[in-house]
Amino acid sequence: MKNPLTVSIGPHIRAKVSTSRIMWGVNLALIPAGAAGVFIFGVYSLYVIMASVISAVVTEWAILALRKKEFAIFDGSAILTGLLLAYNLPPDVPLWLPVAGSFFAIAIGKQVFGGLGHNIFNPALTGRAFLMISWPVHMTTWQNPRWQVDAITTATPLELLKHNKSILLKGTTYMDLFMGNRGGCIGEVCVVALLIGAAYLILKKYISWHIPVTFVASVALFSWVFNGFNGFFTGDALFYCLSGGLVLGAFFMATDYVTSPLSAKGKIIFGIGCGVLTFLIRKYSGYPEGVSYAILIMNAATPIIDRYSFPRWFGWRKA
Amino acid sequence: MPYSFYGGVHPPSFKSLTSDGALKKVYVSKRVVLPLSQHTGSPAEPVVKPGDTVTVGQLIAKATGFVSSPIHATISGKVTKISYSPSPTSPRALSIFIESQGDEDQEFKSKERGNIGSLSGDELLVIIRDSGVVGLGGAAFPTHVKLSPPKNKSIDTVILNGAECEPYLTCDQRLMMDRPDEILKGLEVILKILGARKAYIAIEDNKLPAIYAMEKALSGRTFHDAAAVKISVLHTRYPQGAEKQMIKSVLNRVVPAGGLPMDVGCIVQNVGTVFAIYEAVYLSRPLIKRAITLTGSCLNEPMNVQVRIGTILKDIAEATGGFKRDPKKIIMGGPMMGVAQYTMEVPIVKGTSGALFLSKEELCEARESVCIRCGKCIEACPMGLVPTTLMYRVKKESFAEAKDLGIMNCFECGACAYECPAKIPLLDYMKYGKAKV
Repeated sequence: MKNPLTVSIGPHIRAKVSTSRIMWGVNLALIPAGAAGVFIFGVYSLYVIMASVISAVVTEWAILALRKKEFAIFDGSAILTGLLLAYNLPPDVPLWLPVAGSFFAIAIGKQVFGGLGHNIFNPALTGRAFLMISWPVHMTTWQNPRWQVDAITTATPLELLKHNKSILLKGTTYMDLFMGNRGGCIGEVCVVALLIGAAYLILKKYISWHIPVTFVASVALFSWVFNGFNGFFTGDALFYCLSGGLVLGAFFMATDYVTSPLSAKGKIIFGIGCGVLTFLIRKYSGYPEGVSYAILIMNAATPIIDRYSFPRWFGWRKA
Repeated sequence: MPYSFYGGVHPPSFKSLTSDGALKKVYVSKRVVLPLSQHTGSPAEPVVKPGDTVTVGQLIAKATGFVSSPIHATISGKVTKISYSPSPTSPRALSIFIESQGDEDQEFKSKERGNIGSLSGDELLVIIRDSGVVGLGGAAFPTHVKLSPPKNKSIDTVILNGAECEPYLTCDQRLMMDRPDEILKGLEVILKILGARKAYIAIEDNKLPAIYAMEKALSGRTFHDAAAVKISVLHTRYPQGAEKQMIKSVLNRVVPAGGLPMDVGCIVQNVGTVFAIYEAVYLSRPLIKRAITLTGSCLNEPMNVQVRIGTILKDIAEATGGFKRDPKKIIMGGPMMGVAQYTMEVPIVKGTSGALFLSKEELCEARESVCIRCGKCIEACPMGLVPTTLMYRVKKESFAEAKDLGIMNCFECGACAYECPAKIPLLDYMKYGKAKV
């Protein structure tokens, strides 16, 4: 037949949004935070980001070739993992560190489970956890913004707090935290840039409010209520929200589709769980920051959250 | 503010292709093919044989049982054969073929019925049944059955469904704009049969001209038994026109899962059906024609037209202006729930609300990729189901689990598959799963 008709089951029209469009959208939304990081810590952090992204893409390509699967760089997901991992690294790490981290993130965090859509844990955070355990010194050596005099080996605000050196925080204002004038990971310091990207994601409906809002709100609530020996309801909620990787984690990592619950109800449970765990780790563990471990732990809980949080169907009644 | 329903999607409407032109006059074809099963229920049984001469409006197949509907000749001519033909829903449907011999009078002689006020509800039901009226919104459920609820269910509200939430289709909108008084007369018949005292005409808010036309026809009009008839303006969202979603949006009543609208005291009728009821009762005209939307970028002149039922798709498409380019896909019904056709030799049946002739550009033929668990199908499902999880259950043939997750509540609107960024044919899995449960 010259011009055969297509026959298929409906719907015959589809929404324009596709997996790759979403992935590229998230990549785009991460650019302001990365640009701010490079501006704050200097051009070396750009090399860190590039090393991480290139390593992620090459690893993805190699493993998909081994698995005899089609390599889809244009779906943007490997690039996204590389970006997120780099954003979670201190700005002056040696370049082999992001390369190793991205390799681990893609190979063990993602492909071992079956590739895109099948991994249990957020790949970028898996890579970060691997680096934390393997090279803790590199992972906790911080650099101040490049315009500060003592630009080497400082500590993050949360570390200062943890080690009872909060006296050194005296000069740090909320504005410093908001704009990124502090030590920390490349992509986490500039909260305002992260929020610009997050607003884009929410406006485009690539992410919903459920996880980030409940995540940040529960960190704020618990930090405010429980303030150790200083008494209840005296914690500095704003400080805890603006410091560390909370904004990056809540908007860009906890919202990862693959590793977070499906339904709105499930997302709310997930967000609260992340918030509570972040608070507990920050307050009572040996680590000053807990966002990434909190998300990883909740990733593990996602299947069981899913099971108990499916919506009730229309017209549901007790059997 | 109207109430709302859970889920749904917002596909682009494409309605401006056809919504501006008035409903075109009846097109009469030289040949028609009338499948015996154009309705839900048992097929009709032929009362003519090949070689018989029939006149337009004559009974040619009688109903078999309560849930069934008779079929009438839609043109005058000769019955050439009773044989199998493709129909919109089946490749082999037993059908009556009629061909015009050239010189017959093809005009149906309608007789105005004078004594409508004195007819009882039961008498009106008999007229509707014998006129072969079925639901014209798509499912083609025999109307007299829907209007005969069991004695223990009382119906207090009638909803006229003018939502027309499928993209592209505008025939209901045009009917409301061009024949509002007739629709209200049909509504009055329904109110009388059911003894209901309340009615809503439900229209989506993107069809302002239809809303104005119905409002104008309503003003100053009184109904049987002083029934209160109002217009309910609904949000434009697919599938607003689905019965359960419509009842939720208009009355905020929730039909229980597995239940029917009558369980919450209402009944939903498509405006086209109500117009057919008007014609049956007031003009003694059986269901021999209907309004359909012919549209899509492949047509020279997309339009709404009244056609005789049984008209072959190819004939009507050529008679109304023909093709600009070869269509890639032909769909009977809307682009969300319609059925793709493999040939143009299919007849328009009672349930055909439109025919779309779509080009490659209008379709989405993106390749399927893997589920990334974004949850958009869950947000889209108007029945509150979990399409992605159901898909995995069906893939693994765990049909019992699929049933526990409520797969039987799916009414196949396709909102999940429309929204899926991985372009997974979720609806295919739902249909397969439902068939296997």
